[in-house]
Amino acid sequence: MKIYSNGVVANEDVSLDLKKGEIHALLGENGAGKSTLMKVLFGIESPDQGKILLKGQETAIKSPQDAIAKGIGMVHQHFMLVPSLSVAENIILGVAPVKGIFIDKKRAVQEARDIAEKYNFHIDVTARVEEIPVGVKQKVEILKALYRGAEILILDEPTAVLTPQETGELFVQLKKLKENGHTVIFISHKLDEIKEICDRATIMRNGRSMGTYQVAGMSTDEMSRLMVGREVVLKFEKKPAERRQTLMQVRDLTVHNSQGVLKVDHLSFDVKGGEILGIAGVEGNGQSELVEVMTGLNQNYQGTVRVANTDIRKKSIKEIRNRSLAHIPEDRMKSGCAGTLNILENLFSNQYERKEFSGRMFLKSREMQKKAKEWIAQYRVKCSSYKQKVGMLSGGNIQKVIVAREFSTNPSIIIANQPTRGIDVGASELIRRRLLEFRDAGCAVILISADLNEVLSLSDRLAVMYKGQFAGIFTDAEQVAEDLLGQYMLGIKKDEKLEGAIYESCETL
Amino acid sequence: MLNGIFSVEFVNSILRATTPILFATMASSVAAKAGICNMALEGMMLLSALFGVLFSALGGGIFGAATGLSQFASFGVGFLLTVLVGGIIGMIFAFCILQMKADEILAAIALNLVASGGTIMLLMAVTGEKGASNAIASVAAPKVTIPLIESIPVLGKILSGQNLLTWLSLLSVVVMHLFLYKTPMGLKIRAVGENKDAAESVGISAKKVQYIALTISGMLASMGGFYLSGGYMNMFTRDMAAGRGYIALAASSMGADTPIGGFLVSILFGIAQAVANLMQLTTIPMQLIQMIPYLTTLIGLGVYSYVRMKRRKRLLQSE
Repeated sequence: MKIYSNGVVANEDVSLDLKKGEIHALLGENGAGKSTLMKVLFGIESPDQGKILLKGQETAIKSPQDAIAKGIGMVHQHFMLVPSLSVAENIILGVAPVKGIFIDKKRAVQEARDIAEKYNFHIDVTARVEEIPVGVKQKVEILKALYRGAEILILDEPTAVLTPQETGELFVQLKKLKENGHTVIFISHKLDEIKEICDRATIMRNGRSMGTYQVAGMSTDEMSRLMVGREVVLKFEKKPAERRQTLMQVRDLTVHNSQGVLKVDHLSFDVKGGEILGIAGVEGNGQSELVEVMTGLNQNYQGTVRVANTDIRKKSIKEIRNRSLAHIPEDRMKSGCAGTLNILENLFSNQYERKEFSGRMFLKSREMQKKAKEWIAQYRVKCSSYKQKVGMLSGGNIQKVIVAREFSTNPSIIIANQPTRGIDVGASELIRRRLLEFRDAGCAVILISADLNEVLSLSDRLAVMYKGQFAGIFTDAEQVAEDLLGQYMLGIKKDEKLEGAIYESCETL
Repeated sequence: MLNGIFSVEFVNSILRATTPILFATMASSVAAKAGICNMALEGMMLLSALFGVLFSALGGGIFGAATGLSQFASFGVGFLLTVLVGGIIGMIFAFCILQMKADEILAAIALNLVASGGTIMLLMAVTGEKGASNAIASVAAPKVTIPLIESIPVLGKILSGQNLLTWLSLLSVVVMHLFLYKTPMGLKIRAVGENKDAAESVGISAKKVQYIALTISGMLASMGGFYLSGGYMNMFTRDMAAGRGYIALAASSMGADTPIGGFLVSILFGIAQAVANLMQLTTIPMQLIQMIPYLTTLIGLGVYSYVRMKRRKRLLQSE
């Protein structure tokens, strides 16, 4: 079996070959192109170039149905199950055994039970899906694929939602599947797991495959270097940081997500005016949750967060923003802008109430237009006019609009969450320079980024977040080697004692 | 008044009032299970009420509207044609929201407004009158008399002599229950309504399933509409659906969109309607009395939301 795929941006010259009866890891950071490659294999997206060979024959996978028919099954990260139906009903959905015009319920249950037993999955097939725990739901997903005759099983970050015990159980079952001649593609960025169960690993970075390796003959260090290695070194003329008063204080912050999973674990740190605190880490290690609390989007937390010396508990987002905090959100389409509104409207969404732009009854449109033109020029937003809808712009230009808006209020604290993700080099450069300018002007900047290049070259101090905690903190970010950083990011290394997260001078909380 | 409530006539009047709501509730359930709020029920019922009169008059023209077998035949022609058109209306509605991607609420409002004005225009074109279809010799649905049971006191008067469509509406509850919970298509409908992505990930075409559900919904709504002008009354009057489509939406949702639950709530609304009918004999102002069924809907929805909120809270706490 051999698979070549070739896309433009997401995947370029990727080749991946699978052997029957192996567990093959697909390793890479978020945005490295793993998901795109899998979407191609599962027929959700079609490759622009390249070919897919299945059992030595060239095939085109046109749709997920087609993929299923060809023996490829996928377990999505977000489960594709119908909660109110039973396990058996979910398994047979769409291919139900019938007796006359009715579903043969007995046979459906029996068939579901048979397949569960065959692969040693101990689950009650008559239970409703909404009543079973996450780990079991995942088993149902796997059974669903197996029931449809899957020979190749794609598991998209299967352990992300599992407890360690459930993960252990899953691994036992995956090994069993392997013995039965099934091929498993295991997508992950957790090196220890890959070491544990995978035979071979294909490592991806920036949409390219960095080669396929025997897992047994490779150390986790080597893997992490291939995964997060730095290609080009960004250079910025950076003045030494002139630290001023502390503007952001976080003490003992603990956050659980809506499912009750611990996402931020007793985190404490300070940020002073005039410095950039970089927070590096693989996505999903609590960065988003941390930002949500600091910006007031999530009020459900334990601990204290002080913005410019004010406890933000029970403060509205507006009140927090009025303490001159600016936020560049990670998902620019979802929470960064309103796509169907025009550029001007988006530019003023955080400040339309300001006296300069709003009278008693009406907005002062002339002033707003003047400012909008000014900002568009300043941030080099490529558009036909300020009347253009933001949703029609390119990613980089949307980000420029958001950044222009956030920076135009002259903030003293900037929280930039993945500010340059997925945008072109020019726009990234502009945004990074602006961040440095604000830092030099005395602004406290918190830069959360998965891009090592970015955090290494911009940060004054650098923290690495892993499983809701800082695994390490470096007070001189420029001296950090990326290999070392990679090990912290992937949880291979972890400092027991953290120094430099908190400034002594402000232990007055 | 109390005498009125404890009489056979009152039970019959409940059944009469329940029948159209029950059909429409089943129509709402099947659509809701497929993930669509069919607010167009009102218009579908109204259109079918008029088509029912026109088609059964057509049937009467063919078979003669006397009694016995020929009445049955002309009713049959009228009923089948109406249900067929109802299915087509359901499909048109589905086309608007599934193919043309119109907002389902806006499409429903449009259909309801078209029905309200369109029925009057059509009536005018056919009979020259604007208010009612007195001029058309339509054939009503036959009553079913059951020979032996008829002679049992009290019970006989309830079981026997009911409109054929009342029986059919009760049967529709059973059929819809079996359809939704025992057949492969029912399973698909429920899966699509609950998690479209999950259904599509196993190769089910959500669009096709929703088309089917809305066609069935249209057919059921048209049966309710037919009953209004060919059972509840013997003619079409303007806007005779009188909010029953909306009441059915409420009934269905209060019954958790299950046929059995919807059936129970429909009876509740039937009782409210019957009480209102009975109270028209008292000196209480008409306008107040006419509010009763709608007030019941409002209170019912309030109670339903409250119970659901509590249940959700309890679920969250138990997690």
